[in-house]
Amino acid sequence: MVDISVDLGFLKLKNPVIAASGTFGYGIEFSPFIDLNQIGGFVVKGLYLSPKQGNPPPRLAETACGLMNSIGLQGIGVERFSKEVLPQLKGLRSALIINICGDTNEEYARIAEYLDKHEEISAYELNISCPNVKKEGLCPAQDPDDTYEIVKLVKKSCSTPVITKLSPNVTDISEIALSAEEGGSDAVSLVNTFLAMGIDPETRKPRLGNFFGGLSGPAIKPIALRMVYQAASAVQIPVIGIGGIASGRDAIEFIIAGAKAVQVGTANFTDPDSTLRIIDEITAFCKEKKIKRLQDLSGAVDLNP
Amino acid sequence: MLKNQRAVIAGKKSWGNDYFLFSLEAPVISRKSKPGQFLMVKITDNPYPLLRRPFSIHARNKHNIEIFFQNTGVGTSMLSQKQRGDKIEILGPLGNGFHIGERSESKKASLIGGGRGAAPLYFLACELVKKNINVTVFYGGKSSEDLPIASKFKKENIRTLCSTEDGSSGFKGLVTDLLETELKTDTPSLIYACGPEGMLKSLSKISKKHQIPAELSLESIMGCGFGACWGCVKKIKKGNTAEWHKVCEDGPVFSAGDIIWD
Repeated sequence: MVDISVDLGFLKLKNPVIAASGTFGYGIEFSPFIDLNQIGGFVVKGLYLSPKQGNPPPRLAETACGLMNSIGLQGIGVERFSKEVLPQLKGLRSALIINICGDTNEEYARIAEYLDKHEEISAYELNISCPNVKKEGLCPAQDPDDTYEIVKLVKKSCSTPVITKLSPNVTDISEIALSAEEGGSDAVSLVNTFLAMGIDPETRKPRLGNFFGGLSGPAIKPIALRMVYQAASAVQIPVIGIGGIASGRDAIEFIIAGAKAVQVGTANFTDPDSTLRIIDEITAFCKEKKIKRLQDLSGAVDLNP
Repeated sequence: MLKNQRAVIAGKKSWGNDYFLFSLEAPVISRKSKPGQFLMVKITDNPYPLLRRPFSIHARNKHNIEIFFQNTGVGTSMLSQKQRGDKIEILGPLGNGFHIGERSESKKASLIGGGRGAAPLYFLACELVKKNINVTVFYGGKSSEDLPIASKFKKENIRTLCSTEDGSSGFKGLVTDLLETELKTDTPSLIYACGPEGMLKSLSKISKKHQIPAELSLESIMGCGFGACWGCVKKIKKGNTAEWHKVCEDGPVFSAGDIIWD
């Protein structure tokens, strides 16, 4: 019997596979395809305080082994979410993680406070890659001090554990990960998407309505893995690895690099049941390699020549 | 209930290297399908091309479901090379279809298809005929080679009027011009259409001018096909507000009057 459970300290997962925010809707969209109870957890689509319109289309553009998106976090807002969606997510036996967005630090804190009474929420994930309207659109994720401040403020305003989701669009990911840890974050998840662009040579127009978008999918996996390794080497808090994971072996790579758990994103679009398949493949890998506890693999990268 | 399954390609037909028709063994999806709904088809198990491709349901019988598509890029080109007996993964039926026979007065329908956009209209035409609705198909393309399924409509004894931009077959000009000509003598109670955006925009105007309700099936790049990614949106009016609505989940068929064109 292989033990693939994960203990993040503040949260126990039955397996390391979490569906990533923005690729899993509000969870319920996937119930026709998978039993939501069987995955480690899922992160719902990013929520602002109010409903958000999102960006003009085209919002998606495919590139070699990758997907660029500029959805712009269109969503129903926290009030409708807690009235209409949360009741449908009650009683689940997988971790429910709420991704929080904000135009200002105060908005993140208000959402964290607003949802704090809901016991079915296992953790918050702070999407600190949202443009801050008070700082000329700069994302908190791009500055260590801003990251520290926002984490500290949110931690003060709620008792729900906080995972900080880091952006890869920085020079030194370790520095930002350390700032999140100092701010009191219970874990970090990385990476969010890479800032990218596409141009149609026929029309000379950008392929995305918002010009820039975030690149995800298998194309980003090696860079994401490197950043997860760097972050995990820098901080003591658990690291959740994200970036192009589409198979059990992909997930294992991130775990060996130092992640305790992983998030599966773009793969949910190509195969709505990919989370379950990845869990099975992780178990099969452990069996084959006679690994009794998956957590023994975490950070077990062998750097010897 | 949606279904994701591997389906055997039971039949394949091609018209040059441009247009293809696959018949897929998928009895459950077939039974549940309505005209205007679509499938997300996985092109490959490898990561390139990454996303599934949306195809409207072209026809169905008891066991099989058909897709009709044009070779327009990497995904459709790879798909077109699959052979009879190969298996492909399909997800469906997705989206809301055309509304059929909900208006008692809709005894006469005009179906307008532009190029590959004619795909869902065959399934629709067959269902309308079953309900004793008088159907005329307006089928337009750039050239005569772009009207490969005209004979399929004719075989069902459906009145089919063709147009080509180069005049190589039928009326010379746009299919919307052909429709306008016809509207001078004959008015349908309902218009159904699928095709390029320019054609659908013109139809919105025609629908408004002649006061004929129109249901338009929109095309969009889709990430998932089932409402999770919010990538395929178009601006749609609901009541007094216009918002970005998902083509996959709220459409792909919308009332012409509700679509806000750029």
